[in-house]
Amino acid sequence: MKARFSLLLGSLSAALVAFALTSPRVTAADKVDPVADAKAFQNFFFQKFPDVKHEDFVNGPYSMNADMKRQWQEKEEFPPYEFALDAGKEMFATPFKNGKTYADCFPNGGIGIRQNYPYFDGKEGKVVTLELALNRCREANGEQPYSYVKDEMASLTAYMAFTSRGKPMDIRIPDDPRALEAFENGKRYFYTRRGQLNFSCASCHVQSPGERIRAEVLAPALGILNAMPIYRSEWSGMGTISRRFVTCNSQTRAVPLAPQSDEYRDVEYFLSYVANGLPIAGPGARP
Amino acid sequence: MKRSLALAMLLALSLAPAARAANEADYKAAYATAEAASKEAAGLRNQWTVTVSTLAAARKAADGGDFDRATAAAREAEALAKASIFQANSEKDAWKAMEIR
Repeated sequence: MKARFSLLLGSLSAALVAFALTSPRVTAADKVDPVADAKAFQNFFFQKFPDVKHEDFVNGPYSMNADMKRQWQEKEEFPPYEFALDAGKEMFATPFKNGKTYADCFPNGGIGIRQNYPYFDGKEGKVVTLELALNRCREANGEQPYSYVKDEMASLTAYMAFTSRGKPMDIRIPDDPRALEAFENGKRYFYTRRGQLNFSCASCHVQSPGERIRAEVLAPALGILNAMPIYRSEWSGMGTISRRFVTCNSQTRAVPLAPQSDEYRDVEYFLSYVANGLPIAGPGARP
Repeated sequence: MKRSLALAMLLALSLAPAARAANEADYKAAYATAEAASKEAAGLRNQWTVTVSTLAAARKAADGGDFDRATAAAREAEALAKASIFQANSEKDAWKAMEIR
């Protein structure tokens, strides 16, 4: 009887020890920890490309290829986004029909604030991107919203990014479970394979930066949004972050979501947060 | 000889149903199945462009009265939609394998 009791007690203790050893690991793995994620994300790229200066990652494919970088630096003397930048500056200063301007919708009159977007809006319980905030500003002032993918929206965001050039990305995740959920959803979206080609965002921009896909050199995911919006030679024009997401989806043969859908807002939140500390470089130019 | 002839006839008969030209009813049934799978994929936020274009090709062939081609395209669209559903479901957990930690 005593032996059986000891055996039972021993088994129970072993089970308890096993539970104690395994349960914290499960909790840690399931816990959303943006700080740890950002650190791991940045370290991955810093270690994979030890010769690339940290602030240079925001220059996308140019940070990966010296020849391309030289060509780009020459092109920057007369950058292809200059027209959009001038147009954006003018649009930004032009009053709406009610006499107000974009400056009335943003902190600091909209100047030098690009590095704080997207942010988590506690009232709405969702991520608000700069593109979304600009259209909301228009609608609040009785104007029609712009297309999210190019033209006017690209010009406006180009100007706002320009006023923030060099400022470190500074995305906050408030102590709000919905904000953590948005970050986690964005992360999941980034790593999830989709489309007939079975590619995730990470297939190209984590696993293969610096490699060629057809004629293009793939950009690293780290800092990939810091140079947005961009003039792309492939597009023969400017494109916004929305346009970049939509195009990436199409290229994997996945039907893109609507611009500014929750998934795109969340993935922008994730990618921007993990690039915290890297400078804003928009507007940019890409092949 | 007699045995070979009988075998040949049996073979011809067994192939006959497969060789029958598809009719409008076949197309409609195949299209309905493909469309249902496609809607399920869209509901999972994982529609493939090729599913949409293959469904469109099926409709176009049917509009032109080519129900063989229309039915084949509808069946292909169904297979594509089912593959996208499988992808969406398997990626619910599989994405974690790619995560930088």
